[in-house]
Amino acid sequence: MIRSQVLICGGTGCTSSGSKALIKEFEDRIAENGLADEVKVVRTGCFGLCALGPVVIVYPDGTFYSRVQKDDVQEIVSEHLLKGRIVERLVYSDIDEKVKEELQHVSLNDTTFYKAQKRVALRNCGVINPESIDEYIAMDGYAALGKALTEMTPDEVIQVIKDSGLRGRGGGGFPTGLKWSFTAKNQADQKYVVCNADEGDPGAFMDRSVLEGDPHCIVEAMAICGYATGASEGYIYVRAEYPIAVQRLKKAIEDARAYGLLGKNIFDSGFDFDLFVRLGAGAFVCGEETALMTSIEGNRGEPRPRPPYPAVKGLFGKPTTENNVETFANVPQIILKGAEFFNSMGTEKSKGTKVFALGGKIHNTGLVEVPMGTTLREIVEVIGGGIPGGKKFKAAQTGGPSGGCIPASMLDIEIDYDNLVSQGAMMGSGGLIVMDEDTCMVDIAKFFLAFTVDESCGKCTPCRIGTRRLYEILEKITSGNGTLEDLDKMEKLCYYIKENSLCGLGQTAPNPVLSTYKRFREEYIAHVVDKKCPAGVCKKLLTISIDGEKCKGCTACARVCPVGAISGSVKNPHWIDPAKCIKCGACMEKCKFGAISKK
Amino acid sequence: MKSLAELAAIKEKMQSRVVLREGSGEIRVVVGMATCGIAAGARPVLNAFVEEVSKAGLSGKVMVTQTGCIGICQYEPVVEVFEAGKDKVTYVKMTAEKAKEVVEKHLKGGRVIEEYTISNV
Repeated sequence: MIRSQVLICGGTGCTSSGSKALIKEFEDRIAENGLADEVKVVRTGCFGLCALGPVVIVYPDGTFYSRVQKDDVQEIVSEHLLKGRIVERLVYSDIDEKVKEELQHVSLNDTTFYKAQKRVALRNCGVINPESIDEYIAMDGYAALGKALTEMTPDEVIQVIKDSGLRGRGGGGFPTGLKWSFTAKNQADQKYVVCNADEGDPGAFMDRSVLEGDPHCIVEAMAICGYATGASEGYIYVRAEYPIAVQRLKKAIEDARAYGLLGKNIFDSGFDFDLFVRLGAGAFVCGEETALMTSIEGNRGEPRPRPPYPAVKGLFGKPTTENNVETFANVPQIILKGAEFFNSMGTEKSKGTKVFALGGKIHNTGLVEVPMGTTLREIVEVIGGGIPGGKKFKAAQTGGPSGGCIPASMLDIEIDYDNLVSQGAMMGSGGLIVMDEDTCMVDIAKFFLAFTVDESCGKCTPCRIGTRRLYEILEKITSGNGTLEDLDKMEKLCYYIKENSLCGLGQTAPNPVLSTYKRFREEYIAHVVDKKCPAGVCKKLLTISIDGEKCKGCTACARVCPVGAISGSVKNPHWIDPAKCIKCGACMEKCKFGAISKK
Repeated sequence: MKSLAELAAIKEKMQSRVVLREGSGEIRVVVGMATCGIAAGARPVLNAFVEEVSKAGLSGKVMVTQTGCIGICQYEPVVEVFEAGKDKVTYVKMTAEKAKEVVEKHLKGGRVIEEYTISNV
């Protein structure tokens, strides 16, 4: 009889920090200590605290071990699993000591990181073994499909989704139920369901974690969607760069077929549905729905004009419903627990929860799911654990290269679709990149634009050439050659690209520039007028100099300078030749007396 | 899969596997498993609790877990039962048979078996 389970994260983050070797080590040590019949090792999906991986959780107590190394395994097995003594030095805790004393034992649900979260889309991530269909079923898996097929009509399913207020989690926020009803209305001999798992924003890994941690919920949701809209085939378009997700999806589909949960006459209802995986080669534009379908059809991934919308003429020219991974991940729960369950969470127009991938200058890099309407401050300061090194929060970028930035003055904004849009940002798919005072906003805009320049498919001119020209203006500004006229030209070009591009990629590409220009105009002005980079990032605008009064003449800086720009004799103040200096900052790090500064 | 009943059967079968991970732990049964406890035979006691709790269908309510030495080594195996809003009950000199009885009478029936508790030594 199994009395204890050791859950080891097998998500991408923890796998890269070595969780695979841990699994083997745990199994070996457990067997060695004669506990094989009592303790079971389970490889799960992402727990969310990727920064602290590899993560190990021991149940039933829910003890949360972080950064577990191979050498720690013996101790956990012999102390915790054998003798019941928790290995305190490895336990992750962000709880106040006082609160800790009141709790008789600390489990992961008590930690600040998890406590403020509400997990719907991620409910099984880090809880079940994603490669076991039986474990998914044990957690009420496929019960929603069963309920839909045996107790509900397609119209009823759509009505529940409509009532729930679920909106597309890929970024646009289009009401999901409405989308389904459009496809349902159109008569055709063949219809399709497509899952958009082409997650391409830099710093976003929400969909990846859902696919890796709970692939069956996507399979189930797509079958439900197929039933509701009258489609009998579905495609999951997933990036080839997500090998673990691809492998688990394929296994999930196979296992579901073997159980008859995909295929002919599911639940004896006469409903047939089957699923196929298509791999994307990593082009950002293929996350755009029409480009994605073109790619599935075997053509070069380029967008096509809408209308006609996919609900009328989608994949292979047939009516198609396309939803994002996270949107689908919410569906089984809504069907099972009812629209009420979902629309009781969130704000007036944005219901439910949202998954965010926290990245950038933040303590708890990882995956969090919070109710809509949670403030940015709570996500960054409470769940995210704040900014490392005591630095100040400057802004957060939501929506990646298509989104915008939210400055510190708006930390208390309640995050939902409409609030973000009204502030010139967007929800996006959920990437949340935190920036501190050392970040130059012009440089950030340039970074995101470089990404879209690279990823523009080239089909339409405003995007292909416009983003390139825009990038050149930013380059001019960050190298100190910009003029005030350039700023006007830049702004005009942004609107031109937005209004004239064919698809979402081009229409949103100037957003990072526009929103940083709106919120941090003074930084642009400083670059152009004063030829200075206030954050000290843009190298061409920096001068590094030595304060002659503080310099002791130790020669450490001169020795570390890679280009020999520093001269001076022992025990006498040194100086830097600005013509030779490449502003690498090596001398600043070396100086013990704080005599070197950049301006 | 032809019916909801089939699905329910798989769920039923698998329930015991996953319930450990979400057990609400309304009641916590803690078995002392330090060297002293193990030497006195705490392992079979722990396993008996796990098995009996599962058999009695209490897995969702009762969490069986272990702890280190509580300092009364002469009375090992020691088992403590924590329940919200009630006093802690400490059973001493436990055996697998006594464990079975505790599950039946105390955890299921709500009656503390006084004669096994520490207050009776």
